[in-house]
Amino acid sequence: MVIIRDILRDQKKGIAALLVLIGLLPFIIQDNNFRHVMIMFVLFAALGQAWNIITGYAGQTSFGHAAFFGIGAYASTVLLWKFDVSPWIGMLVGGIIASLVACVVSYPCFKLSGHYFAIATLAIGEIMLQLFVSWEYVEGATGIMLPIKEKGLLNMQFHPANKLPYFYIIYLLFVLIVSIAYIIERSKMGFYLKAIRENPDAAMAIGIDTTKYKLYAMAVSAFLTAIVGSFYAQYVMYIDPFMVFALRISMQIVLLTVLGGLGNIFGPIIGSAILIFLSQYTRIILGGTGKGVDLILFGLLVVVMACYQPNGIVGLFRKFVTKRRREVGVHGTADVAG
Amino acid sequence: MIEQVAVSGLLMGLIYALVAVGLSLTWGVLDIINFAHGEYLMLSMYTAFWLYTLFNMDPYVSLPLAALLIFVIGYLNYKIVIKKVIDAPGLTALLATFGLSLLFRNLAQFFWTPNIRFISNTIVTDKKIELGSVVLGMPQLVAAIGSIIMVFVIYHFITKTKIGKAIQATAQDKSTARLMGINTEKIYALTLAIAGAAAGIAGSFMSTFYPVYPESGMMYGLLGFVIVALGGFGNIMGALYGGIIIGLAEAFGAYFLGTQFKYAVVFLIYLVVIQFKPRGLFGW
Repeated sequence: MVIIRDILRDQKKGIAALLVLIGLLPFIIQDNNFRHVMIMFVLFAALGQAWNIITGYAGQTSFGHAAFFGIGAYASTVLLWKFDVSPWIGMLVGGIIASLVACVVSYPCFKLSGHYFAIATLAIGEIMLQLFVSWEYVEGATGIMLPIKEKGLLNMQFHPANKLPYFYIIYLLFVLIVSIAYIIERSKMGFYLKAIRENPDAAMAIGIDTTKYKLYAMAVSAFLTAIVGSFYAQYVMYIDPFMVFALRISMQIVLLTVLGGLGNIFGPIIGSAILIFLSQYTRIILGGTGKGVDLILFGLLVVVMACYQPNGIVGLFRKFVTKRRREVGVHGTADVAG
Repeated sequence: MIEQVAVSGLLMGLIYALVAVGLSLTWGVLDIINFAHGEYLMLSMYTAFWLYTLFNMDPYVSLPLAALLIFVIGYLNYKIVIKKVIDAPGLTALLATFGLSLLFRNLAQFFWTPNIRFISNTIVTDKKIELGSVVLGMPQLVAAIGSIIMVFVIYHFITKTKIGKAIQATAQDKSTARLMGINTEKIYALTLAIAGAAAGIAGSFMSTFYPVYPESGMMYGLLGFVIVALGGFGNIMGALYGGIIIGLAEAFGAYFLGTQFKYAVVFLIYLVVIQFKPRGLFGW
């Protein structure tokens, strides 16, 4: 038991150290390019973390998280554009709408198993895209240019050359999402979700209301995805359905989390770091050729990782840790760390 | 007008069915979602395009070559990549096939640019058959007839031949199949190769009327997933009926609601059907 507590404490420290490091980097390195990459990195790490709750912990594969991301982006944008409502409130509204939509559409799908559920979420995402493309109230496929408001925290608008405030807003959301994921993982709910993932029938047999907990997980995951979507709209100042509802977004979230390590707090952070830095910097270095070299490299990396490191990069670290522990003679299984 | 819509939908549906059959086999036998399946289609379309451009080969003539090429690609995909991830936990296999699809698509863009190209002068280009008020485009008609023949050939192969039965046995229970002396490794490789060949044939047919570009297989791959899930994994006839349903849904959706809603209708039909038949219409 002492060992388990030590590992828990260790992981907590590890997460805290990593968060502090991420928070300080853009403050120290004053390059605007770098800060933009950091913003995208933290943004996708946050999305991966939110997706991890429903897929990593509860085992329900979602290929449709772009739906919630897009709802968040559109909710805050429409409120600001048509009703002059602060994006902070829009963010909350978007989160709540996304949660409700997630509950309504995923409730009937929870009885589906495995791949059938995954394809259903993919279908939901694509339907959302089609609806927004033809919805005239939100300008359909033309997209919305966000109105320029008075600069400041209230309107979440700053001088475009000043990336720091944007970074710290998304960083704050990211820390919030990591904390929520951490709390869920350690709570009773986390154990219920893992039980559902490992064996839904057995979980039901020992008295877990599986549908209820899957629904909770989905609602939380959708809410957190949507608030990141709201931030994204504020940051890029222009959205259209193909940007925010694209299958590409859903798959990028899936990819980076699985690459980093599914069902683990560190997974999405490591995965996002690799994916975003690789794609942004290869684009900066090799970009403009229109040859897609960055994606060739990325595809290769993903294939190689899947073949040789099936548990994600976290699995690689864990192997090292277990090996070292065995060498120093401590009896602890790395699996306890989750 | 309604007849025209129904016939166009049916023809498209039959082509979708051939795309979906390969996906369904992969899914049913190897239990993986092959995200690279749409890219097999794209590679086959490029094969047809280049053989046409460089050697003036009609896509119908180059069809066996394209089928063979994608057969080999499917086989190599298994041997080099899929083999390593097939028993891996969670979503690893998905990661691998998604990586392959990214790789193929961007290699195509790297070598052949993202430009949209057409095969402009095949033996069926611009030819039509008129049956009363219904006009049938020759390229689509040939593609649809070819597709349905291929679907039945594959069906026959799987249900009637010895190798086909070995594939079925592997799909049902891998370890028992192995105990019966079936080389499941070989079966897996062969299944992916056959799936590739089916996509290769579909791609050749489609190249006569569909533009060729690095992303031309994407939407078909996506529709393929829905068709396979609608029909039930691993069920070839399910993929055929699923393909027809989706083809008709797309055509009628476009006719009654407007083209921008056609895919929304397709996906909605899947979501509704799956409520009543959670394992697809013909699922095991």
